[in-house]
Amino acid sequence: MSGPEPAVSVSHLRKTYGTVAAVDDVSFTVAAGEIFGVLGPNGAGKTTTVECAIGLRTPDSGTIRLLGLDPRADRDRVHEIVGVQLQAGALPAKLRVAEILDMYRSFYRDPADVSDLVEVLGLAGKRRDYYRSLSGGQRQRLSVALALIGRPQVAVLDEMTTGLDPRARRDAWELIERVRDRGVTIILVTHFMEEAERLCDRVALIDAGQVVALNTPAGLTAQARGGKSVRFRPSARFDDELLTRLPEVRQVRHEGPHVLVSGQGDLVNAVILTLAGAGVTAHDVELDSSSLEDAFVRLTGRALSPDGVAA
Amino acid sequence: MTSLAWTGTAREPEPAQRPEPARRAAFGQIVLNEARLAWRRPVGLIGGLAVPVTLLIIFGKLPSFRQAVPGAGGLTLFGAYLPVLIVFGFALLALMGLPMPLASYRELGVLRRLSTTPIPPSWLLAAQALVQLTVALASFGVILGAGVLAFGAPAPGSPGGLAVACGLSIAGLFPLGLLIAALSPTANAASVIGRLAFFPLMFFAGLWLPRALMPGVLQGISDYTPLGAAVEAIQDSMQGQFPPTAPLLVLAAYAVVFGYLARRFFRWE
Repeated sequence: MSGPEPAVSVSHLRKTYGTVAAVDDVSFTVAAGEIFGVLGPNGAGKTTTVECAIGLRTPDSGTIRLLGLDPRADRDRVHEIVGVQLQAGALPAKLRVAEILDMYRSFYRDPADVSDLVEVLGLAGKRRDYYRSLSGGQRQRLSVALALIGRPQVAVLDEMTTGLDPRARRDAWELIERVRDRGVTIILVTHFMEEAERLCDRVALIDAGQVVALNTPAGLTAQARGGKSVRFRPSARFDDELLTRLPEVRQVRHEGPHVLVSGQGDLVNAVILTLAGAGVTAHDVELDSSSLEDAFVRLTGRALSPDGVAA
Repeated sequence: MTSLAWTGTAREPEPAQRPEPARRAAFGQIVLNEARLAWRRPVGLIGGLAVPVTLLIIFGKLPSFRQAVPGAGGLTLFGAYLPVLIVFGFALLALMGLPMPLASYRELGVLRRLSTTPIPPSWLLAAQALVQLTVALASFGVILGAGVLAFGAPAPGSPGGLAVACGLSIAGLFPLGLLIAALSPTANAASVIGRLAFFPLMFFAGLWLPRALMPGVLQGISDYTPLGAAVEAIQDSMQGQFPPTAPLLVLAAYAVVFGYLARRFFRWE
């Protein structure tokens, strides 16, 4: 990527446990202000990748820059400006929400205002409650609050919606978008396709320790399908060559009254504008709605079951 | 544009190290929360303070405890039990009070979470040890104070010796607690291992049979156990002498060995 310096850059990262390469030559950059998804099945190396990126683990080889810093050599600085919500982290049952927040707040030089934070995270009414009395969603939000309390420039959220019911999950998604809107770069580790599709600006698809694909969610699905397609019912007959000579179009097929056009780039606009120029209107336009889930299957040759375990 | 109160956008470059008062405040906050937890889940307060003080009161009321132990230089049975109860408090706090929370913090991922903040997880360990130490000193003070003032035990003959004996006892026992925390995968495991260590060690300390009444072989073994050595050192300083070198060396050796092993095996995640 060109332009300003990326918030995070990882190049040729490699990390082995024993003889197993958990991460094998992973490279990507995260732009400032982006929601960057690290997507893949359990055990794919997602968590190891981000743990190396934030300095929790020492990579065997590779270079990592986090806001221009080396996360191992500049640990102290990195921990001030990177907020982390790790997978499956609990807290002492008999501490109150406010007590936990006040303690973590004291760790940072320039922390957030607690009342502002609990307001945004929907925990304002819970400050006096013990941790053990919180619901799963509230615990998860408290965990996010602790990741944000140091006013980080980069927030790493690892499987933050795992174990949440669908409603709590959608609330969490809105929350992530609000955090990003306030200028925080977000690295979101997930095995939920829907989550990545909904939230991420770009996604690194990781499988067996390697980046299989790196693209926007829409780009990934297109990449997996080898292009895009659009289906419509024309108001009048037209010569196929009208479309096939467009650079965006690869193929035109007729299915009864419908026409299916596949290709790449700005396909839909090109097709509709060209048809309109020839006096033909496209009715019932449908975009092929193949999902990231399909993309995963095509790119890795494996299915992803709903709980994220690659079958 | 709404307030950017909790985002980390453009900020002045900062010095790598925070000013000391801020870090002290962070440690104070950790200690405060550890103290709250010790109060709300009072395993250590009950076992390390309430139980030995209750035993002290019972022993103090029993007429049979006012009789002299034969061949022990006029020591009453109550006087023989006073060091045992002091060591009871130390041992319970070291072997159960200390390792259980630490193992649970690792199990819950609290130590791991801390390692992503500017504060190292070792601070939590230090705060926990400080809280347990405070309770241990309170327990010591109450047992000694009540024993002497309320139940007529003689005042310690060698206060300096007593301080050294208690200091080394704690220095020998707390690292054993850290070793238990290091070897326990879960809080439950820490609780089981702590109990398994506590009761045999308390036997050699003389909880069921005071050391003065133990047969020679048993007393010989007791001399080399951490709690037996602790009771011996405390007993001697109560009776007026600076404790002999042997039990102090035993305690110091345990401090070094357990300290090394705890450091060697402790895992933060």
